[in-house]
Amino acid sequence: MDTRGNNYDSISIFKSIDWITLVLYFILVVSGVVTIYASTYDFDHASMFSFSEFSGKQFMWIGLSFIAGFSMMLIDKRLFEAYAYPIYVIMMLLLVITRFISTDGVNGSHSWIVMGPISIQPAEFAKCATSLALAKLFSTYNFVLNKSASNYFKSLLIICLPILLIILQNETGSALVYFSLFFVLYREGMSGLVLFVGACAITFFVIAIKYAETMLLGIPTGMFSVFVMIMVIVTGMLFTYCKSFVMGRNVSIGYIVSGGIVYILSLFDIDVNGYIYFGVILALTITYLLISMFKEDVRKLLVVLMFAVGSVVFVFSVNYLFETQLQDYQQNRIKVVLGIVDDPRGDGYNVNQAKIAIGSGGVWGKGFLNGTQTKLKYVPERHTDFIFCTIGEEQGFIGSVAVLGLFLFLILRIITIAERQRTAFARVYAYCVASVFMLHLMINIGMVIGLCPVIGIPLPFFSYGGSSLLGFTILLFILLRLDASRREYNY
Amino acid sequence: MRKDYKLEKRKFVIGAIIIAVVVIYVIKLFELQVSDSKYKDYADSNAFLRKTIYPSRGLMYDRNGKLIVFNQPAYDLVFIPKDVQPFDTIDFCNTLQISREEFDMRMRDVRKNSSYSKYTQQNFMTHLSSQDYGRLQEKLYRFPGFYIQKRILRQYNYNVAANILGNIREVNNKDLAADDYYRRGDYTGDLGVERSYEKYLRGQKGLEILIRDVVGKIKGRYMDGEYDVQPVAGKDLKLSIDIELQKYGEELMKNKIGAIVAIEPSTGEVLALVSSPTYDPNLLVGRVRGKNYKALRNDKYLPLYDRSIMAVYPPGSTFKPTQGLIFRKEGIVTENTSYPCPGGFVFGKLKVGCHGHESPITLKPSLRTSCNAYFCWGLKNMLDKKSKYGSTSNAFEVWKNYLVDMGYGYRLGIDLPGESRGFIPNSGTYNKYYGENRWNALTIISIAIGQGEILATPLQVANLAATIANRGYYVVPHVVKAITGERIDSIYTERKYTGIESHYYEEIVEGMRMAVTGGTCRTANLKDHEVCGKTGTAQNPHGRDHSAFMGFAPMNNPKIAICVYVENAGFGATYGVPIGSLMMEKYLNDSIAPERKYLEQRMFEANTMIYSGYKR
Repeated sequence: MDTRGNNYDSISIFKSIDWITLVLYFILVVSGVVTIYASTYDFDHASMFSFSEFSGKQFMWIGLSFIAGFSMMLIDKRLFEAYAYPIYVIMMLLLVITRFISTDGVNGSHSWIVMGPISIQPAEFAKCATSLALAKLFSTYNFVLNKSASNYFKSLLIICLPILLIILQNETGSALVYFSLFFVLYREGMSGLVLFVGACAITFFVIAIKYAETMLLGIPTGMFSVFVMIMVIVTGMLFTYCKSFVMGRNVSIGYIVSGGIVYILSLFDIDVNGYIYFGVILALTITYLLISMFKEDVRKLLVVLMFAVGSVVFVFSVNYLFETQLQDYQQNRIKVVLGIVDDPRGDGYNVNQAKIAIGSGGVWGKGFLNGTQTKLKYVPERHTDFIFCTIGEEQGFIGSVAVLGLFLFLILRIITIAERQRTAFARVYAYCVASVFMLHLMINIGMVIGLCPVIGIPLPFFSYGGSSLLGFTILLFILLRLDASRREYNY
Repeated sequence: MRKDYKLEKRKFVIGAIIIAVVVIYVIKLFELQVSDSKYKDYADSNAFLRKTIYPSRGLMYDRNGKLIVFNQPAYDLVFIPKDVQPFDTIDFCNTLQISREEFDMRMRDVRKNSSYSKYTQQNFMTHLSSQDYGRLQEKLYRFPGFYIQKRILRQYNYNVAANILGNIREVNNKDLAADDYYRRGDYTGDLGVERSYEKYLRGQKGLEILIRDVVGKIKGRYMDGEYDVQPVAGKDLKLSIDIELQKYGEELMKNKIGAIVAIEPSTGEVLALVSSPTYDPNLLVGRVRGKNYKALRNDKYLPLYDRSIMAVYPPGSTFKPTQGLIFRKEGIVTENTSYPCPGGFVFGKLKVGCHGHESPITLKPSLRTSCNAYFCWGLKNMLDKKSKYGSTSNAFEVWKNYLVDMGYGYRLGIDLPGESRGFIPNSGTYNKYYGENRWNALTIISIAIGQGEILATPLQVANLAATIANRGYYVVPHVVKAITGERIDSIYTERKYTGIESHYYEEIVEGMRMAVTGGTCRTANLKDHEVCGKTGTAQNPHGRDHSAFMGFAPMNNPKIAICVYVENAGFGATYGVPIGSLMMEKYLNDSIAPERKYLEQRMFEANTMIYSGYKR
């Protein structure tokens, strides 16, 4: 591109920037700093802008973020693509270095680099680097994810390397964020079965653990329910995935009739043992699927077969691993989240207090600076991971829903932006951004309202912390930069 | 670049997932914030420490302005279980000087309590000594969740009048259910004036709302105290009791079972209300209360039972004045009607014995000598007077109604809890007992001399003395003379007339005066006051006769009316009269004349409990 073009480029950037996203960004950042001020407000408080306050420090980070964001807009978009791998490699090296030079943090975490008064968490910036690298991989000429296994391998390598390094830093929560990039793989062609199997695995796990205490037909109720679900899913797969009406019909009739017999027998006090019943059903199903392979699509039937067998094996191993391999406190933590045990003083303390804070907000909230639970420190981590409690308490249901709405709007907007890109690089990068926001939102808010386990990751733009704000700003502004020049043809 | 439209559709799946998650979260938020209100309560119990400020309880003075009951500060150690954090139990036990076992036991007891809640204040230990309090105060910060609650205890200047004053105790489930002013751990009056004037004495609790952070540190007052409530102190009471007279009465009644009731006739104010045996009110103060209360309740002499208003005795001869009044009013006898007394009332095979005196005899001398025959004849003639009443039953109803008007048969309405009503039969009682028309005057003749079915409390008998002293009316006896800033109930200021004219009363007064000057009550004859009196020797089925006395002084412009009962002490003249007269003398003269000191000494030393049938 010549000099003239460059001039044109820099002028048009601010003309073609996505104003909606920019405005959403500003609203979120300002709401964030105000919420930080509210959450740490004390009776003998200093000014909101005072540097002795968290909100004052956050203002400094906001200033830095604005500068960083603005700088991103000025960088030639081709540089992002050109330097995607070097940036990725450097960030990975930084993660390794951090593991060794970091001083011991909370809970044995080694994720912070301390430089005088400023602490940086490289993992927050690694998201951006990983997204760029993934985008770069997908923008390789003629790259189609489904074309070869090596493409999957390369993608997984890019995603899993930071996960591994961050786990080594003892920051399991942050590592979890990278799993969101599977959404990107899905968008780029990975079979939906993977997501489906993942969802099934989580569902089966939760149900099997949650209802492990009561018994039904001699087996735990949780396991019983999972087996029934597997039967329903297998039937459904035969109907829709294999598109075999006959098989679906036969199997469902078989299941219903056998189930009916067991039920009627139980009315006469003859209880069939659950293991025997489901064992027989599984054996018959496998036999039927194998026989059917002679006339139906072998590959699809194999998938169904693997699903059925895999699910059963999964459920048994989950039960086994949970009982024998997890430490008591780990089991307890999971049980608290699943609501099996009530432990408001121990593992459930944080979430219980968070729920009290949010729940006490009511419809309209207690009003700005009128929250008691957050200010009196009943809610732990009230200005970082549990910042949403302050919104819930002071702004009520209305405010909480408004914040959720803003995030939803932002994520949907990013997906829209992603789909209007003309390059695979920009599109994949945009999906990475959307996925990262999605996961942060899901886990952070899910955690404070008690729907997810307590995993310490920040709420973007709200949680106090420079690295996270700077990281999300750069992540978002690279996208805005790429989007601003989406109409140019570079190649 | 080539667009893959099939893959592009996947944006809807991703979009749908995020929308679904947000919807689920909104539903959960709705559940937390809108549909479930319990979190608000939890939040309040987290952040607000509602501190009750107990008002000071009303004081009590005697009729002469002497302070009888006042307050002393006490300290309860309380805790809120959910706020308690692990602490050094050994340090804690040492500070309170209790053993580890006692600590565990107290904790167990708290948890066993039916009202136990993790979120509300529980009593760990009440009434700390000031030394314990001092030691604990300094170390309290080491035991988060524990607080000191300032309370008040009662203190007494005189160790007497426990039956009148009552005491205070912690509220029980019944109190909590009956009055929603009370919260668990509050104190309420138990027995006596503390109970009956609880509403005046307790005042109004105050409330202080403090803001408390997660480590229990107080961050200030909620809304600068806008919602705080200032406590209102309880009202002081001025009792009608003369505390010195009360004390004297209790001393006289030492080692005797019975009661003394002294009333100021013109006002109905109770001057002394002695029940014996009694107890030191200090026994029911503070941490020892529970133990002592149990011991008192199990005491076979029933010290908690206020005999002056609860016990019912046959009135015996103290009843005779009522009979004279009824017969005179109804025209059964004139002043000069005389009846024969050949050593008693004799009619056919029926004989009611009497003792030696002139015969025949008229009303006044019969009071002087306490003649049984006179009153039996009177009652027989009244109940048999069909020409006037039509039937025995009708005559009996007339007779009964006079007694009710004189304050018998029903509670007088003294301002103390637990008063008994005594018993005056009506014709229905006898109809049921003997059958309709199967009874006549002779069947029930003993009621004429206060025996038989008749039962009365010492208070009712004293009230009779006051009524006679007033020549025909009484004011409902009461022990509280005035309440600061309030008027006492009007029933304690109104005169109640018996419906019998005062000139009939004059005759009775003269008869009772004669009993003192030359009859059964000669011991009661004071040099400088004209005493009127009537002895009573009440037969009772449980043992020796009760010694009773009823009287008032001075004869004109009476200042004190009195009733004395000494259980199982024999003749009225032996104990009832001396004790009654000493009480009157003490009240009227403030001292006992030297020539009567021997009498006082004898009464102090006498022990009639040995006749009670109880073994020591």
